[in-house]
Amino acid sequence: MSIKKVTQHPSQNEALIFERSQTGRIGYRLPKLDVEAAEIDEIVPAALRRDDDLADVPEVSEVDVVRHFTRMSTWNYSIDLGLYPLGSCTMKYNSRLNEKVARIPGFAGLHPLAPEAESQGALELIYRLQEALAEITGLPGVSLQPAAGAQGEMTGVMLIRALLDERDGESSRERRVMLIPDSAHGTNPASAALAGFTVKTIRSTADGITDMDHLRELCSEGGVAGVMFTNPNTVGIFERNIKEICETVHNAGGLVYMDGANMNALVGVARPGDMGVDVIHLNLHKTFSTPHGGGGPGCGPCCCTAELAKFLPVPRIEKKETGEFFLNSDHPDSIGRVKAFYGNFGMMVRALSYIYTHGNDGLKEATEAAVLNARYLGHKLEGAFAKPFPSDGMHEAIFSHKNQAKNGVVTLDIAKRLIDYGFHPMTVYFPLVVEGAMLIEPTESVGRADLDAFAEAMIDIDREARENPELVKNAPHSTRIGRLDEAAAARKPVLRWRPDMEAAGKSA
Amino acid sequence: MLREIGLDSSEELFRSIPEDIRLKRQLDVSLPLAESEVIASFEAMAASNTASQKPSFLGAGVYSHFSPTIVDHLIQRSEFFTSYTPYQPEISQGTLQYIFEFQTLVAQLTAMEVANASMYDGSTAMAEAYLMAQRVTRRDKVVVFDSVHPEYREVARTYTQHGDLEIVTAAFDPTAGSGGDLSALDDKTAALIVQSPNFFGCVEDLASLAAKAHEVGALLIVVVTEAISLGLLKAPGTCDADIVVGEGQSWGVPASFGGPHVGFFATREKFVRQMPGRLCGVAYDKNGNRGFTLTLSTREQHIRREKATSNICTNQGLIALAATIYMEAMGKAGLQEVAEQNAQKAAYAKKAIAAIEGYSIPFSSPTFNEFVVRGPRPANEILEAVRQKGIIGGLALSKYYAGRDNEFLVCVTETSSKANIDKLVEALL
Repeated sequence: MSIKKVTQHPSQNEALIFERSQTGRIGYRLPKLDVEAAEIDEIVPAALRRDDDLADVPEVSEVDVVRHFTRMSTWNYSIDLGLYPLGSCTMKYNSRLNEKVARIPGFAGLHPLAPEAESQGALELIYRLQEALAEITGLPGVSLQPAAGAQGEMTGVMLIRALLDERDGESSRERRVMLIPDSAHGTNPASAALAGFTVKTIRSTADGITDMDHLRELCSEGGVAGVMFTNPNTVGIFERNIKEICETVHNAGGLVYMDGANMNALVGVARPGDMGVDVIHLNLHKTFSTPHGGGGPGCGPCCCTAELAKFLPVPRIEKKETGEFFLNSDHPDSIGRVKAFYGNFGMMVRALSYIYTHGNDGLKEATEAAVLNARYLGHKLEGAFAKPFPSDGMHEAIFSHKNQAKNGVVTLDIAKRLIDYGFHPMTVYFPLVVEGAMLIEPTESVGRADLDAFAEAMIDIDREARENPELVKNAPHSTRIGRLDEAAAARKPVLRWRPDMEAAGKSA
Repeated sequence: MLREIGLDSSEELFRSIPEDIRLKRQLDVSLPLAESEVIASFEAMAASNTASQKPSFLGAGVYSHFSPTIVDHLIQRSEFFTSYTPYQPEISQGTLQYIFEFQTLVAQLTAMEVANASMYDGSTAMAEAYLMAQRVTRRDKVVVFDSVHPEYREVARTYTQHGDLEIVTAAFDPTAGSGGDLSALDDKTAALIVQSPNFFGCVEDLASLAAKAHEVGALLIVVVTEAISLGLLKAPGTCDADIVVGEGQSWGVPASFGGPHVGFFATREKFVRQMPGRLCGVAYDKNGNRGFTLTLSTREQHIRREKATSNICTNQGLIALAATIYMEAMGKAGLQEVAEQNAQKAAYAKKAIAAIEGYSIPFSSPTFNEFVVRGPRPANEILEAVRQKGIIGGLALSKYYAGRDNEFLVCVTETSSKANIDKLVEALL
């Protein structure tokens, strides 16, 4: 075995907290009740109170809890540990400054229903971020309410639906087809379904871009409400026919939705609004570096043309001529609210901090570095790994397992073996249009030495696939657990701890 | 690096973008700021959020509770906050195990069989529950009390506006402040939706509502916006609820002007394949080591696409972690004591305010830590006068309920000191 990077490191076993619990242990202290206690029966009658003494809820001390989570944390890979090249996820560095400013008590401790006059700073921050995102996307209507990318998508397609319903009246019913490329993220069709659209799939060409002939054919069939596409698309290639795509769909009476998952390739270089796009969602947790947090919270702002803006979710954050900021729910054409209150405000604070730290030229520089890093890595790997498309990618490099599969080594094996080399694997088996896809997005937060080390690991794995395929197929060898039997787990799911859980799980 | 890939300038990296759609100027955003400048700029904005520095009696879906120091400390470990969705279980066991613990704790506190890895927030969890009830029962109507959080109902309306689900709003009982008109409940109803404690703070009789829903073959969906109440009140599962959704912000998560918070979603085991969102389950490796993995993903959008149970793609990972740490640090005793303190302090405040001349409590149902007060003049005027004395006194109901001009909602938690409660009472005099 030629493990270059990973070395043994103490990592302690840690049971579930429920298995650690000991009757009578406590880890908290509240101040003594400072009002005269009433009989609890007088407040809430016994029939409405629980009488199970919170059975099986853990009883542990404070240090138990600290050790519990600290130990568990050591089982995770993270951006702070090294390259985390998940394609389509933009795992860039999460600045500590952003964490600090989000925790300023004036932000963190502010109630969303506080009087507007006493929450001007929060409203101003939202307003400033709206302005910045409008400038970055070239789309003037902005709502920061959506909680995540998928919700931004849902919001975006609902704006399209609202415009069509208004424009076409009753006959809008005949226009319910959303065109979505076969390479799209699964949330796109799922979001379109929520807006009442049916989905038709657009083929990709051998070059990995939208098949214009197929798009024209689908548009000529009629009933097209719009198109949802990603640019650069999910194989990392810029849709160079973007203006024609927009024109074709517009001429067919539809609107253009762009999934902004890959905006990290465009910020400061090109703007969706200038391409003919009507509406886009952004992922603040990708492009604008708010932490991924183990899978959320995100923030999925929706940016749109002036024409669509009146349909954006309410309340909208606006500025009066007097300079005062306010929440405006007086937009009768709005699609409504997509989330309680105003969105994931804490993520907005972090994203604005990212924008201010980078500034106008820094944002563009980050884009350049992200694209350069991906191109460099793609260049390094194209000898050993099969490149499914001839075109140059933007911020991602895509490969397939075609070469390695000849020796029975598939993408999953390569991914697992990368773990032994100390890297988080790339995105695997996405997009579906490439068999055995490996989608690699290094982001700008990595230097040449780390890119070289990653490329070297991949090339070593390619060699191992030829010389010792079993080594790769049984990877990882360095982790605390091996590959899990996920099929068995799904057949008889154990989704919570119970005192007899161990027995229940093992019998599965 | 550019030379190595055969390019002369970084401009050439973008050759695939047609010239006419490239941005030919600098973005018109801020100049780059130094760290200290960013801090100064944000502190200046935060300083004008003066409400955050005042004693406040606002609740209505976002609650002020004390969060043990270790909560925010532990969630800032790099391994938690700079990781992503546990796609690779071998190097994500930390995240997976806490999700499993979160699912267990939610199931225990709601007394339900299973819970998912979390949702964006309570409001979206409720909207997803409507859609799930429609899938489970194959019926196209839900009945929701107007005592459910108005913003939650707005979100549910947005989510369902293009489907074939009819939402019937049922009026709450204006004397009790709970329960209400069930005449819309019939054998075409997929679910009855009730919040407890409801928007007015009133505790609902869930068991009798469950019986009424089940009589016509409908599900009972219980919404919980104040998760601390679960430490004292009869658990929805014990009352035979079918789906329990709610907001977990009270479990140690800052108000943060409304988000990020964390939604929870629990149900019966038999409905699990109709559930939205991520699920984490036990799995074993070939050596018999126990681990955890995301499971039952065939329900989800990346496989089912437009036929998925939901378009949700992640959960609310880091906030679910904060909630998990909170629940474990407080533990069995803490979760009960904090709930009881909330009830006691709110009862003290309720009694004191009701004793002021001109003020009364319009609803007769028992309350947990929030209650409605009817004042002698418009609530907006009363609250403005109180604000002039440096106190955020509560929420005027007229924001959401037309015609209830003189009423306002007061929330009292364990963080409201007796001194501040007394100050509020004095300010109302």
